[in-house]
Amino acid sequence: MNDLLVADSVSKHYGKFKALNNVSIAVPKGSIFGLLGPNGAGKTTLIRIINQITMPDQGSVLLDGQPLKPEHIKDIGYLPEERGLYKSMKVGEQALYLAQLKGMSKAEAKTRLKYWFEKLEIGDWWNKKIQELSKGQAQKIQFIVTVLHQPKLLIFDEPFSGFDPINANLIKDEILKLRDEGATVIFSTHRMESVEELCDHIALLHKSNKVLDGRLNDIKRQYKTNTFEVGLQSNNSENVLNDIKASFDVLPATFKNLNDDIKLNIKIDSGTSPNDLLSFLTNKAEVHHFVEVIPSANDIFIQTVKNN
Amino acid sequence: MNHLPLIIKREYLTKVRNKSFIIMTFLSPIIMIALVALVAYLSQLNNDKLRTISVLDETGLLNDVFENTENTNYTMLNELSLEEAKILVKEKEDYGLLYISKVNDLQNFTGNVKFYSQDSPSLGTISSLERKLEKKFSDLKLQSVGVDLEQIRLSKVNIDIAQESFEGEKSSKIDNIMKLAFGGAAGYLLFMFIIIYGNMIMRSVIEEKTSRIIEVIISSVKPIQLMMGKIIGTSLAGVTQFVIWVILGGVLLVVVSAIFGIDLAQVQTPQQEMVNQAIQEEGAQAFAENLITAIGNLPMTNLIIAFMLFFISGYLLYSSLYASIGAAVDNETDTQQFMLPILMPLILAVYVGIFTVIEDPHGTVSTVFSFIPFTSPVVMLMRIPFGVPLWQQGLSLLILIGTFIFAVWFAAKIYRVGILMYGKKPTYKELFKWMKY
Repeated sequence: MNDLLVADSVSKHYGKFKALNNVSIAVPKGSIFGLLGPNGAGKTTLIRIINQITMPDQGSVLLDGQPLKPEHIKDIGYLPEERGLYKSMKVGEQALYLAQLKGMSKAEAKTRLKYWFEKLEIGDWWNKKIQELSKGQAQKIQFIVTVLHQPKLLIFDEPFSGFDPINANLIKDEILKLRDEGATVIFSTHRMESVEELCDHIALLHKSNKVLDGRLNDIKRQYKTNTFEVGLQSNNSENVLNDIKASFDVLPATFKNLNDDIKLNIKIDSGTSPNDLLSFLTNKAEVHHFVEVIPSANDIFIQTVKNN
Repeated sequence: MNHLPLIIKREYLTKVRNKSFIIMTFLSPIIMIALVALVAYLSQLNNDKLRTISVLDETGLLNDVFENTENTNYTMLNELSLEEAKILVKEKEDYGLLYISKVNDLQNFTGNVKFYSQDSPSLGTISSLERKLEKKFSDLKLQSVGVDLEQIRLSKVNIDIAQESFEGEKSSKIDNIMKLAFGGAAGYLLFMFIIIYGNMIMRSVIEEKTSRIIEVIISSVKPIQLMMGKIIGTSLAGVTQFVIWVILGGVLLVVVSAIFGIDLAQVQTPQQEMVNQAIQEEGAQAFAENLITAIGNLPMTNLIIAFMLFFISGYLLYSSLYASIGAAVDNETDTQQFMLPILMPLILAVYVGIFTVIEDPHGTVSTVFSFIPFTSPVVMLMRIPFGVPLWQQGLSLLILIGTFIFAVWFAAKIYRVGILMYGKKPTYKELFKWMKY
């Protein structure tokens, strides 16, 4: 059993509106799984189903091979996008309360809280009220509360919103560390650069359907178009350009480089190897820049959503 | 996992530690007592003022009618014309001038009586004058047709009906007054409790929504657990507050009346008038004895058990509805539209209780309303002191509990969907749709 969480053809209706249509995902153990999709695609609904906040109309969800049941609550840590804390409650008291709701004993929760408070250097906040903290500070508390009970599965919905870059990095490192310690992470966000940085696997939801899923690298491989970005220098650039255009599909390229005369995106057939292209080019001009164009998560996201 | 105790504890502690809650707990009885003391003081002040009423009697028959009392002096004016009298009274700044014009024919006396004054006279003054004149003139009329007044006085009979049930239970008028007092107090207490603490529950649900903590909580506990925890925790805080109010209020009442020497019992309320009347009729000694038997006659065990059961289920019924309103809306201003349907049956219950139970505790109207679940807790609590058959109480309670379970189920549905809905104020139609989610 390599998948910690498996959702099998899950559907959910709200009245006539179909929020999820036959969506299946498998989240491998120890991975960071990006759950992506435009607004209103059904991500939150799926996450709520995993958290047993709502029940699916059809389909089933397995955690560690077992159908979801109330006991699984303590195995899951959830940081919702719409999040907040009781404003007039003290930080320590509140964290203890939320930890106890997750099934921890008071003493255990206290020890672990102390550890985290020191780790994130917020030990002196214990007796402050939430309303005295800034938004970013409150987010830190929220993060701690989410991971405190050492759940097998962590679900973060836009975890970095509200953090400054320094704290966002701090949290990112913590997420990676948790993954290394064996936790599995589901990560939902619109920020594609953090998807690139963090995710091993992704699934893309669009209009209640799953339109794409798999390892991020595999998907990128699927989406690559055998296109190479090249920068050439030549005294006779016009002739060179014409020669290239005669043999390959060519698009203009823009990238930053020092004094290249020709900047191109060149697409080669599947039968042609990059070496063939390179030797073709070296015969014509001086090659200063030769990179395979790998689609970014952002490109894949936009392309998939537009095509559907 | 059962987190109910944990949730109850948090709700209770947050409520009890809340600054405005603490202030309200200790300030309300002080304000209430101060208000009562003020009213008592003011009404005494008002009564203490000595009024002078001048009487211009052209008939010459009324010399013995007007006797000076503590608050009112009467001055008989003689040999003045009406115009002169008016000027005189105005200058003397008397309370007013009572003018009785000359009577030619006593048999056809229609009562040509007028009262002149600077400000409009009080209702009490006028009716007291009217009573005096009516009595005198009817005496005069009787005398003029040859009736001996002394004989009429002697012929008066005073009857006090002793009441006894077929089972041999003795009761008296005081019994009824005590029953009314107990029932009324119980019903009214429930009404106040629902309004004050139902609102508090609603606000605390809204607070969870606006602070956006709800989704964090709801991923750990079932919505119905959270809702019940809230209701119970808030109610316990409410009970705490109520107990403090009663104790503090009682102590303050004693202290204030001792210090300021204001006899608070003198503040006239309709109930007290009834009591006073009863005292006058029976004498203080008999009254005290009857009072004790009256309390003893109340079906105490039944009363206490029924009070607990009806109070708790009635309160839970309404508070679960309050909780679902809180879940359905985003902020307090949006609650108005949904509050009305809750408040209507509650207010109806109190009015039905006040007007029909007093009149006829076992009449059709009060009986029917003591079965309808939304009015039954209040109306039944008012009826029980008058002795309601156990099967009726049981049936009513059964209906109430059934409705309560249904209401909790309904509220939990709305709650479950509503707490995760933000933005728009839902319509009734949408609420209905949520039931199916």
